[in-house]
Amino acid sequence: MPKLIKNGTIIGDNWLPADDTLEQPASNQIHTLSQWQALPEKSGSAVQLEPGDGVEPLLEHLTDIAVVAVNFPGFMDGRGFSYARELRERGYRGEIRATGHFIRDQLTYLSRVGCDAFQFADETLLEPALASLQDFSEYYQAAIDQPQPLFRRRA
Amino acid sequence: MYVYDKVDQKIIDERVAQYRDQTARYLAGELSEEQFLPLRLQNGLYIQRLAPMLRIAVPYGLLNTRQVRKLAWLSREYDKGYVHISTRQNVQMNWPQLPEVPDILAELAAVEMHAVQTSGNCIRNTTTDQFAGVAPDELTDPRPYCELIRQWSTFHPEFAFLPRKFKIAVCGSESDRAAIYAHDIGLELVRNDKGEIGLKVLAGGGLGRTPVIGSVICDWLAPRHMLTYLEAILRVYNQHGRRDNKYKARIKILVRAMGVDAFRAAVEKEWAAIKDGPSTLTENALAHAASFFTDPPYETLDGAAANRELADLCSEDAIFSNWVERNTREHRVDGYRSVTVSLKATGFPPGDITAEQLEQLADLADEFSFGEIRTTHQQNLVLADVRSADLHSLWQRLQPLGLATANIGYLTDMICCPGGDYCALANAKSIPVAEAIQARFDDMDYVYDLGPIDVNISGCMNACGHHHIGHIGILGVDKKGQEFYQVCLGGSQAKDASIGKILGPSFKQEDMPDVMEKILDTFVSLRAEEESFLDTYRRVGIDPFKERVYAEAD
Repeated sequence: MPKLIKNGTIIGDNWLPADDTLEQPASNQIHTLSQWQALPEKSGSAVQLEPGDGVEPLLEHLTDIAVVAVNFPGFMDGRGFSYARELRERGYRGEIRATGHFIRDQLTYLSRVGCDAFQFADETLLEPALASLQDFSEYYQAAIDQPQPLFRRRA
Repeated sequence: MYVYDKVDQKIIDERVAQYRDQTARYLAGELSEEQFLPLRLQNGLYIQRLAPMLRIAVPYGLLNTRQVRKLAWLSREYDKGYVHISTRQNVQMNWPQLPEVPDILAELAAVEMHAVQTSGNCIRNTTTDQFAGVAPDELTDPRPYCELIRQWSTFHPEFAFLPRKFKIAVCGSESDRAAIYAHDIGLELVRNDKGEIGLKVLAGGGLGRTPVIGSVICDWLAPRHMLTYLEAILRVYNQHGRRDNKYKARIKILVRAMGVDAFRAAVEKEWAAIKDGPSTLTENALAHAASFFTDPPYETLDGAAANRELADLCSEDAIFSNWVERNTREHRVDGYRSVTVSLKATGFPPGDITAEQLEQLADLADEFSFGEIRTTHQQNLVLADVRSADLHSLWQRLQPLGLATANIGYLTDMICCPGGDYCALANAKSIPVAEAIQARFDDMDYVYDLGPIDVNISGCMNACGHHHIGHIGILGVDKKGQEFYQVCLGGSQAKDASIGKILGPSFKQEDMPDVMEKILDTFVSLRAEEESFLDTYRRVGIDPFKERVYAEAD
């Protein structure tokens, strides 16, 4: 079973990775955006956003979706950070997992914008990455993990 | 100035620990070159031509003398005993060793300093007017806004991997000394019809390969909305800025491609979703930020008497008088003036200062200017609060340090990037060109007679020397492996901002002093009375300059 970090611990993952060559993805498969858009029933579904997709297509179904995988084909493309935060701001409560080629040094930022699961392309990176979740204990600006900016929390 | 509390200190300390671990992992081969690159950049570390370069942040150009002494000590301990003031008010060390950088950062953290986000595709150090808080033409002090932006932008989780770097400048005065029209976002403090202070927001300015003057996207924004509005702009840029071509990735290209109105509409749409949310600034937050930028304990002085005494001293000493006229300016408070310490002495790289000079200047700042030193984007230093009565003593003490060159705003006060002598990006050297021009125009009477002229030199298209907005701009270019220099005329960084126009084919390095001489001769022959170079250029256009400069070459 593939593994990922979820809510700070390493657990097994029941979802099959997105595969854009499939005509009929399995029910426990993460769908590409176009596969997902073709799904008649979105309840309990999982969909993957690529850089450039934007969150717009998901907004009508936020209560139905179980998992949004925000994919990072490369770690320098930061569009996914905005996607995660916008989904949370619009009220999405399901899982947001970062997938692909992000690096552990981005975990603070990814957690702050609302990602609660992390799936590396290389699973051996999971264990050492846990430490990076503890890099910072305080933040200046509001984000998903801490909706109050420091200036509202300073005594 | 701003003073860290426990939380600020904790954040910076945790960052040092994080980077120490990242450096260790890189050296152990656990982080690839490619992965380490943005991490070190966002901690200020470039790998340059000869050695790494560490760019230390000086938030909106403000330093206390404890910090200045620390910079001097660091430059001796970890470098070659000098530092460089950059065109974005930061301080650069040119020879640190990569494995030692975490130690340097820890030393900086001990004096409330860091190198956070001084490089990389993120929100950079916010810059402002070096005379903030003391300028007579100031509407309101921009520094509290800068500090709020510093805090908001530091480790902003959504905007650490933008398409490209992102620079914000704030200005609170009549004349723009922060070049806000040449920034990704420029903020100008202005009054609305009701007399309330707010922010005019410009976006999409920038230099580099495609110089653009910023466009107004909001005429007046209530200060409490500053951060949510910035967040909306950044979000539009982060999602829609181009990532396929680094030369087209700046926000100026996006604003142009969308058109200003469509860009504004996109920002307004994002803003509507977060406006009045938790990031809306509270009265308390604004007051708390402002509380750090109060007046030092000025004495109550008789301004008229102080001016008379200064005039008397000047009439007795023409050299002192020159310095007072060029390097000091009017202060908001009677009996005080602001002093610019020139780092543009002939024979020294523009903007460089030695450890000893830093330490001596720190002593002088403690004695004469409430222990504060400011950096300027023109690569000089400022003692902002000097009593007029102390100017003569200060000037006498600056002279033996080589820090009394009386040229601020004049030809030899050139803005100049480190260029090909240091920088791996450069196409050509820039320091030797600056030095050759300074050496050619060593007659200060002639230089003063020319009036104020901004000469800006960049060693490549990245335009760190802001050549597009110099009255005379010089750009190093590579022509089949040879270093050549292109000249542009008529740029301006003021509120009447303009981008310089290219004069014609580029020149060899050794010809540059002659070229400058021809340009200046043309100006002198065409100027009406006391007209400035820029005014003359704007009146006569580029053709007379072109004819004269290229005439003999044909």
